[in-house]
Amino acid sequence: MDRAAIIGVGMTKIEKRKISQTFADMAWEAVNKALTDAGMTLDDIDNVVTTSSDFWDGRTISCMAVGDASGAAHKNISCVEGDGTYGAFYGMTRALSGSYRTTLVTGHTKGSESVSSLITNAAFDPIYERSLGMDMITACAMQARSYMHRTKTTAEQLALVSVKNHGNALKNPLAQLPMKITVEDVLKSEMVADPLHKLDCSPVSDGCAAVIIAHESVAEKFRQKPVWVRGVSFCADSFFFGDRDLSRARSLAQAARKAYAMAGVHDPKKEIDVAEVSDAFTYQELLWLEEMGLADDAAAGKRLERGEFNLDGPLPVNASGGLLSGHPVIAAGLYSMAAVVRQIRGDAGGFQVQKAKTGLVQGVNGLGGQSHCVWILDKDK
Amino acid sequence: MSDQFQGIEPMVYQSQINVPYSWWAGDTATRFFVTLRDEKKITATKCGDCGKVLLPPRKICPRCFTENMEWVKVSDEGTLLTFAVAGRPFAAIPADKKVPVIWGLIQLDGADTALLHYLDGVRPEEVSIGMRVRAVYSEVRKGTIRDISHFKPVK
Repeated sequence: MDRAAIIGVGMTKIEKRKISQTFADMAWEAVNKALTDAGMTLDDIDNVVTTSSDFWDGRTISCMAVGDASGAAHKNISCVEGDGTYGAFYGMTRALSGSYRTTLVTGHTKGSESVSSLITNAAFDPIYERSLGMDMITACAMQARSYMHRTKTTAEQLALVSVKNHGNALKNPLAQLPMKITVEDVLKSEMVADPLHKLDCSPVSDGCAAVIIAHESVAEKFRQKPVWVRGVSFCADSFFFGDRDLSRARSLAQAARKAYAMAGVHDPKKEIDVAEVSDAFTYQELLWLEEMGLADDAAAGKRLERGEFNLDGPLPVNASGGLLSGHPVIAAGLYSMAAVVRQIRGDAGGFQVQKAKTGLVQGVNGLGGQSHCVWILDKDK
Repeated sequence: MSDQFQGIEPMVYQSQINVPYSWWAGDTATRFFVTLRDEKKITATKCGDCGKVLLPPRKICPRCFTENMEWVKVSDEGTLLTFAVAGRPFAAIPADKKVPVIWGLIQLDGADTALLHYLDGVRPEEVSIGMRVRAVYSEVRKGTIRDISHFKPVK
């Protein structure tokens, strides 16, 4: 099979309110940073995939509005609605298709401009569920309780995810919420949706990220040493909450297995050096790690307590500070991907981990992690 | 660039997208809601291939991908699988609900999947996973999911 690599990344700083930039201004900044990073010009880009959501953008056919700022004039442009990792997946398949060699993928969100509770409520079934008034936070609170009940994971262990990730963000100048906090600070923060405290939840954020994906035939033609895609997969679980075992993420286990098989990873605990996973809520980092086999079942909290997911631990998780430290919803997975790419290149600056040959990126779409996209990236082809 | 707003107020434009939708419930949900409204009964569909009883009822079994479904009545009593308690008045919460609002995922006896709904008549600290709950029907029923007012603990 032909191979693809990530050869450039660019991100805006993640902020609570980017009042000086429209969504298109953010995209322009991220795209130019990615082109500079890759040592490319727009002429080197064969096609563009944007990732956006009409509801977050407050406009219909939102992908058409971001094309100009993504440098798509006169190019083939397509759009994915959902997390940036899914846009990247589509972008990669285009680079591998034979029709294109390089794809620019962007993802943006200005969470500060709307009301996330109303947007995520509209993800529920309009006939059977929506009028009950749940949203992403209350849905995830339900999942958090289910996970904690099954695994006996404690509120303190959840809080420790927040402490670790906000602490890591102190070393990432792009992060929105670098903070030195304690477990007690998290437990004393407002109980917004029991069992989730305010500091168990990611913030409302603005930001845009761009990545450039290339076919192997051109991957080494530009400035950066390519970061190779060794494996990637995404899978989805049932839509209705009540059809799933909420304490688990069956689709993630499935996606990870497929990505590992494609990458030839036999023992992920030993072979994955660094991971950026979707920590929109603290419990998710632990649940996702277990489902991906990066911790034993019901044991991620204990690995966390032993410091094993710390920046200097055997498996640094969310060394960038993760989504808890800044969560531009649609762009989130591209930020995670860019963080792992920089780790593997040795370019992560203050949050660089010691060993980063093989990295894992996970993106999520849907309420309570209905669907997951897992990437295995590597220094070596 | 950083001082570009010096002496001027950043401009903000207020707007909203307001589009009415008419959701056709389809024959399956229509039958479910008519039975709920007129008979105060909760019904589900059972897949003739895998035998699973699906609530909310579906016309197609999502596992088997077939429409070999028959209607069955399920109990209005069941087990609470998990729950969430809103401490803040999130924007999506209906105006008639006051925080703390409790939602539960309830597996009714006779169903293989669980239903999302409110828990009420109980303090949040008294709710626990595994507790038995029963449907309380609304006085005025209009053929919506809120024809079930809420679920309350079985004493």
